Amino acid sequence: MNNNVMIKTPMPSQDPNVRNKNFDEVALGYTEEMAVGEAQRCLNCKNKPCVNGCPVNVRIPEFIEKVAAREFAEAYEILTSTNSLPAICGRVCPQETQCEGKCIRGIKGEPVGVGRLERFVADWHKANIGNGEVKEVESNGIKVAVIGSGPAGLTCAGDLINLGYDVTVFESLHKEGGVLVYGIPEFRLPKAIVGYEIETLAKKGVKFVSNVVVGKSIYIDDLFDEGYKAVFIGTGAGLPMFMNIEGENLVGVYSANEYLTRINLMKAYKDEYDTPIKHNKNVVVVGAGNVAMDAARCAKRMGADVHVVYRRSRAEMPARAEEIEHAEEEGIQFHLLNNPVRILGDEKNHVNRIECIKMELGEPDASGRRRPIPIEGSEYEIEADAVIMALGTKLNTLIRDTTEGVDLNERGGLKADDETGATTREGVFAGGDAVTGAATVIKAMGAGKKAAAAMHEYLQNK
Amino acid sequence: MHKIVLKKQLSHDMFWLEFEAPYVAAKAKPGQFIIFRVDEYGERVPLTMAGSDKEKGTVTIIFQAVGRSTELLSQLNEGDYIMDVTGPLGKATEIEGLKKVCVVGGGTGNALAYPVAKGLHDAGVEVDMVAGFKNKDIVVLAEEFEAAVDNFYLMTDDGSAGEKGFTTAKLQELIEAGNAYDEVITVGPPIMMKFVNAVTAPHNIKTVASLTAIMIDGTGMCGGCRVSVGGETKYACVDGPEFDAALVDWDVLIARNAYYAEEEKESRDHVCRITGGVRHYE
Repeated sequence: MNNNVMIKTPMPSQDPNVRNKNFDEVALGYTEEMAVGEAQRCLNCKNKPCVNGCPVNVRIPEFIEKVAAREFAEAYEILTSTNSLPAICGRVCPQETQCEGKCIRGIKGEPVGVGRLERFVADWHKANIGNGEVKEVESNGIKVAVIGSGPAGLTCAGDLINLGYDVTVFESLHKEGGVLVYGIPEFRLPKAIVGYEIETLAKKGVKFVSNVVVGKSIYIDDLFDEGYKAVFIGTGAGLPMFMNIEGENLVGVYSANEYLTRINLMKAYKDEYDTPIKHNKNVVVVGAGNVAMDAARCAKRMGADVHVVYRRSRAEMPARAEEIEHAEEEGIQFHLLNNPVRILGDEKNHVNRIECIKMELGEPDASGRRRPIPIEGSEYEIEADAVIMALGTKLNTLIRDTTEGVDLNERGGLKADDETGATTREGVFAGGDAVTGAATVIKAMGAGKKAAAAMHEYLQNK
Repeated sequence: MHKIVLKKQLSHDMFWLEFEAPYVAAKAKPGQFIIFRVDEYGERVPLTMAGSDKEKGTVTIIFQAVGRSTELLSQLNEGDYIMDVTGPLGKATEIEGLKKVCVVGGGTGNALAYPVAKGLHDAGVEVDMVAGFKNKDIVVLAEEFEAAVDNFYLMTDDGSAGEKGFTTAKLQELIEAGNAYDEVITVGPPIMMKFVNAVTAPHNIKTVASLTAIMIDGTGMCGGCRVSVGGETKYACVDGPEFDAALVDWDVLIARNAYYAEEEKESRDHVCRITGGVRHYE
């Protein structure tokens, strides 16, 4: 049966004016009926362009076919044969530039809601089958280490445990999940889902060691000395970038990493936690990626009027389309084609306003996007008692500084082969933001997956 | 979980804790710090280590119960567990090439200065230690310093113990008496460190300040601990905690560190008032 509706089955969501005051999940998920109806929109094309658009090559038409047939357990098996974290991907992947961007139905009308279906299947499985029956995988006794428990590390660990390796994941923070717990907010990705995926991996036999900073508490050389035969580095984002403008060290200027970590990892929005956070009145967020949207929407939920300042136009905003729409619905004000010039403070060095200049778009630059050019004399000020800089991150150098033979790439990340993740040191692989600089969860997962396969090959031929 | 193996109370609000942390102990060097989290609801709090024992796999910290987390930590006893401990973090004190050093500590900073002074002395450096306290009631580690350094000068603001006067005055006196220091290392309230630098600057003595900044992860991710050093933004957690005192923008550091003072006071009063300092677990 074919469903010829031209638009995606809408996602039931919390009302914008309710949700912008709580941290509960915004999108509520499809019902079985909605999922089946949406699945019936898939044309099951022969050449499957959607699969090529997916960094982990999820067998999309196959799992969707199972959903249409109400065979949800089977759909889950197909989904997880290539993607170990479907509940997470269904929520945070930029589908519009990946699977859904390639969907034939998207040429005329809206593409099939692949992400929403993926989420539905993962949630259905958790609710109806769960991980109670998951058994420890028989070990081949070969020790491998995964550094970092974010999306790259978890994917790599998941594939390696399924291949029979004795996998230990080292996490520097007190809680596993990396950016999935410290960065992405609860309202977009409930932490219980991340916890569940980690629990499933632990049931399969993955060992998690938290509070260990590789490069400080233990070095890569120590890991090899302790009998680990291969190491994957998935340490994620490093130091936050700033604009190097006047006033960035004023009190009340945050990196998005800090602001989000206070709220998401340290639970500053919950009374029972000790983490301090200011209840700001006017917050300016600089940047327009997913991290900027997350910071803006968190600040809104903390009770502030929130302004996003971005130097390019709407078309260039790097955030997922859905995040931008959600932010707009929730009352975030966008100042597009505007760029901060300096941040100003009071006599106590507390930020109280930010000076911006209006921009216009010129010729395309190296990134292929039209270069923003300041309009002289258009400076103006926005009142702000907090400024959050969401401009990306640099490499964290802790591992490089303590590891011989690991080179850097021209972007300042770890040098690693695109296809295998192999670094310049034998037995050491890397992937995710540690290599590419700030990117997406799914790209990190794709890198973790490729590295796991390459590590397997390396270890088998050793 | 990190079992506490030794606890000593040094003054009414200063404590000495030794606990198990084998990963940290294996790599720890003087000048480095740890981050602890007392329980599930606690903050991640950075503290410079006072010592470590590789063989026993233990780390020692000396701290003042000033905020909610340190208050709760001070109530734990031998045999109890600290939930999370991460480290060693930050760069170690640079010892190479030093022959004679003066370490200047203020208040709680003396607890952090102790391992630095001892570490330098153990490495063969001649160490003068100037330790300043408000009054005799909060003097800590006097005997330990006496045993660990070449010359120990105890100062109190009111003269109730040691000599009366500020650490900066003593430092000035020592320099003017002809002591040729390769370096002065200072640990204490930012305002004191700023004045220590004012004393050493005219004599062109390299001065290193150990900074305590607000931070979360301690590994170079959050950027909360950034300090302005010589016009450049540095991160206390990975670039520090020790910086050239002459280049630190002290006023910005002082302002940034005071950001959550109100919330911290409220949080601490709350726990003390409602539960007598003990957190309730439901």
